[in-house]
Amino acid sequence: MKLFKQSFLMNIWLTILLGLAYPVLMTVLAQVLFPRRANGSLIMHGGKVVGSELIGQAFAAPKYFHGRPSAAGSGYDGLQSGGSNLGPTSKALMARVDGDVARERKAEGRADPVPVDLVTASGSGLDPDISPSAALWQIPTVAKARGLDESAVRALVEKYTVGRTFGLLGEPRVNVLKLNLALDASTARAP
Amino acid sequence: MTGLSFLQFVLIFGTLLLTTKPLGAYMKKVFGGERTVLTPVVGALESWIYRLSGIDPGEEMNWRRYCASVLAFSAAGAVILYVQLRFQQYLGLDRAGASGIDPALAFNTAVSFMTNTNWQAYSGETAMTYVSQMTGLAYHNFVSAAAGIAVAVAVMRGFTRASSSTLGNFWADLVRGCLFLLLPLSIAGGLFLVSQGVIQNFKPYVKARTLVGAEQTLPMGPVASQEIIKQVGTNGGGFFGANSAHPFENPTPLTNYVAMLAIFLIPAALTYQFGLMAGDTRQGWAIFACMSVLFFAGFLAANYYEQKGNPILAAHGADQAQSANSSGGNMEGKEVRFGIASSALFATMTTDASCGAVNAQHDSFTPLGGLVPLFNLMLGEVIFGGVGSGFYGMILLVVVTVFIAGLMVGRTPEYLGKKIEARDMKYATLGILIPSFVILGLAAWAAVRPSALMNLGNAGPHGLSEILYAYSSAVGNNGSAFGGLSADNWFFNNTTGWAMLLGRFFIIVPVLALAGSLAGKKRAPESLGTFPTHTPLFVALLASVTIIVAGLTHFPALSLGPIIEHLLMLSGKLY
Repeated sequence: MKLFKQSFLMNIWLTILLGLAYPVLMTVLAQVLFPRRANGSLIMHGGKVVGSELIGQAFAAPKYFHGRPSAAGSGYDGLQSGGSNLGPTSKALMARVDGDVARERKAEGRADPVPVDLVTASGSGLDPDISPSAALWQIPTVAKARGLDESAVRALVEKYTVGRTFGLLGEPRVNVLKLNLALDASTARAP
Repeated sequence: MTGLSFLQFVLIFGTLLLTTKPLGAYMKKVFGGERTVLTPVVGALESWIYRLSGIDPGEEMNWRRYCASVLAFSAAGAVILYVQLRFQQYLGLDRAGASGIDPALAFNTAVSFMTNTNWQAYSGETAMTYVSQMTGLAYHNFVSAAAGIAVAVAVMRGFTRASSSTLGNFWADLVRGCLFLLLPLSIAGGLFLVSQGVIQNFKPYVKARTLVGAEQTLPMGPVASQEIIKQVGTNGGGFFGANSAHPFENPTPLTNYVAMLAIFLIPAALTYQFGLMAGDTRQGWAIFACMSVLFFAGFLAANYYEQKGNPILAAHGADQAQSANSSGGNMEGKEVRFGIASSALFATMTTDASCGAVNAQHDSFTPLGGLVPLFNLMLGEVIFGGVGSGFYGMILLVVVTVFIAGLMVGRTPEYLGKKIEARDMKYATLGILIPSFVILGLAAWAAVRPSALMNLGNAGPHGLSEILYAYSSAVGNNGSAFGGLSADNWFFNNTTGWAMLLGRFFIIVPVLALAGSLAGKKRAPESLGTFPTHTPLFVALLASVTIIVAGLTHFPALSLGPIIEHLLMLSGKLY
């Protein structure tokens, strides 16, 4: 009986400490020290939230670079994060890849292999990035839709390409939302 | 393997080499009840908790008492969590529009978090309130980890004390593990995560209007505080459905590195602590070395096959070649910022340990790339392993190894001067056999039940892999999944729930019994005929026993799942 009482009380006190005091303390510290980060690294545009720099979005228009196929809901659904979970010998996976490969090739008028990240779904369904290869692949279409020089668009892509951390961790990548915002800004400035 | 992916391994392993000794020495002090740098900060809090719970931290417990305390504390925690999940909608801070969790899922989830598994048959962003996440789930991330460490420390005492009937005090070990170890690491690590972009707030979900004019809902919540203890405590339960692949949980390669380090930090330090307690740090380093070898082998294999990619994808027009501008490889289920190497490394580590956080979807790995995490689970997660559970799982294999070595040279087996006798071998064998029995038994049952097969996400041999992975993950208290399996239904909620209970406590009880038995023995002085347990020969023997014990048990099942799928993939067969 004593053991049950001790077990119960121990759970209660530790819950108050670790389940309440600790996250509240962390929230206060986070909000004071890193308010923008703690609140989702949101990007504001004209006083409205256009998204988070960390969360990918669906970009269906040719004037925008687009991200990877997304298995989150109907695509980049913030409430349904997750991957396709299709295995390497899945018919469903290959049917989806066929569709994406055909679409990519048609849009660019090319027949060579498509950068793998453009035709595979990410683990979160919210991947904000594409590989530099995938961005380079899309330059002609975007430049044409905006009436820009390919070299101008390429310069932007290079500007928004982030390398490995310490030259070692992770992979080179381009944040699609940031790149598209920069494109919009540069087009607005141009005559 | 490219130079860069190898260097990523070197970086994480090098850091681990640097942290193991100081952290292990610190932990020995903490669990020895000695004064540490943190005593002025949390010492008073510690005594308050004992006093308010009516506990005498100085009371020495025999193995039965220690075990009963572990069981009672865990049971009480699970019952409280179950009730809380059932009625979470009345407890406030419900930003997800969540309702009470139904009984089968609440049972599964309560057991899952109490046993340090964090198998998740729900998706956090829609199913859980902030209060459930904090006081229910994150809380159990702390105490299930601390309970695991406590058991490991009790086992160390059993192996290193002589002619003693006791293994220490569970409550003191539990509270010290939380206050002196897990909490400070979480506060420091959590704040670092926030600085990198992991969110930490109590705000309502944000509605964004995207560039193309669509509406996107961004989930919010106290993520960082849970994210860090999920790794440090090798729990693995994500705040969101996508777990550590979600950019709000793991936004950069640097947070990914910290997460991986956090997973191995305590398990590695435990080996050094053990060496210190045994009065011979070589004993700890020998175990560390064996774990390191198996860790490296797993990473090599996973990274190789993921980088090599899927020939069927290539045939369908995807460019999987690696270049300066693309990671290449099998990117299905992986994030661009992590690419192949950081995903393969994470998958290896999360299943070496009993963590179960994932930064890529294991279900979409190539057959042999996915075999590595599955095989790690089947080995019993002893490659550094879960906090505490990895150590006491490995110590069972050490006992078996010593026994086999003893048979080979024809002497009574000894470890650290303790004679290993028939009764001890029975406990060790039980702790090794029961998990495999449960994994294979339940997987076989599910594989012939049409209502279970309905829930598979993939057909063909990959479907069997999903089932095998689910029960290996549950029994191993890992919690990662081949996520295509729809696990939120009566059959899987109940069978995985029981698998988690058996996998946790049918190791804890025998291993504590073994520790109790060894604590009572005298220590025999070392002689010329003593088989040394700190040499490279012993390390190699231990690694072989680890692989053979799990390999022989699970090889037939593996050959019907991932191995045959690999051959079929090479011939282009689809399901």
